[in-house]
Amino acid sequence: MQPIQQEQVQQLLQSFQNKRVYLHLEMTTGAYASHRDKSKLTASVFTKNTVIQYSHGTIAGNGPYRIGLKTEDGWVYAEGLTHWDEQEVNQLIIAGHDQQGKLMVCLMLSESPF
Amino acid sequence: MERHRHIVVVLPHPDDESMIAGTLATHIQQGSIMTYVCLTLGEMGRNMGNPAFANRVTLPQIRKRELEEACRRIGIQDVRMWGYHDKMVEFEEQGELSVKIEQLLTELQPSLVYTFYPGHGVHPDHDATGAAVIEAVKRMPSELRPTVHCVAITPNRRKVLGEPEVVNDISDYVEQKIYAIQAHQSQAQMLLDSLKKEDAASHGKHSTEMFWIYPFH
Repeated sequence: MQPIQQEQVQQLLQSFQNKRVYLHLEMTTGAYASHRDKSKLTASVFTKNTVIQYSHGTIAGNGPYRIGLKTEDGWVYAEGLTHWDEQEVNQLIIAGHDQQGKLMVCLMLSESPF
Repeated sequence: MERHRHIVVVLPHPDDESMIAGTLATHIQQGSIMTYVCLTLGEMGRNMGNPAFANRVTLPQIRKRELEEACRRIGIQDVRMWGYHDKMVEFEEQGELSVKIEQLLTELQPSLVYTFYPGHGVHPDHDATGAAVIEAVKRMPSELRPTVHCVAITPNRRKVLGEPEVVNDISDYVEQKIYAIQAHQSQAQMLLDSLKKEDAASHGKHSTEMFWIYPFH
């Protein structure tokens, strides 16, 4: 994973526009958040291989970044994005890592299932 | 430690075995055959290595290789990966999982099984795994039931379960345990921190691992 390069991510987002793509969207505090610190709540959500189609996809901010995808009936949104995998050309792999390098948020798009 | 011919270990995540590697290595040293069923590949783990060398897509295959290496370092001869999805064990059809475990136990006839204590695993996958193992053992005729040693990691474990019945001195295996943990390269820092918290002496000369025996009566 490398720090996000906004322009390249934007190009990749555009390449998926108006196509049926598989979405992985996730946010997590970690399964042990509350175990390690009682004042914290353990919370997480993920959806894996949900098919979406968006007409408009944008990466915004100055880092950490935000991504919004406008679908026919709604939106997909992620905030706190810091890193991406630039080796992938057919997939967008983008995540937000905290200061210890742990994943907190993840957004992935692909034309084939993950 | 008592000698056993065959031991079965059922845990959900690659690296769960390394946190009890001292005990497992002791059994293997004594000549036990060990079958380890690891239910998932830990594909939803947050740790990607620091600096990150894994991502959500590559993590499962990386953790699979780490698991194989850790088991080699512990000496586990028979590793089986059942391919469940990390975080989702509790949402599988529980009867199905426990039947699968029962079939395995009936086939291998171990005298001892390691898993998590249901309700004391903290992670939902730990609890679901332990519950499925206990269900499987309960269905076996009592004369064929293996003893089940459970890992409990809740803060109130002693209050609820009492003192652990099994406290294994693993002082001679600490280095091997750390070596096994380090095989989980993407997770190692987090694991070593947890180990330090669980067992302050883990890097010293004296170290133990504790288990609660599941009461079937």
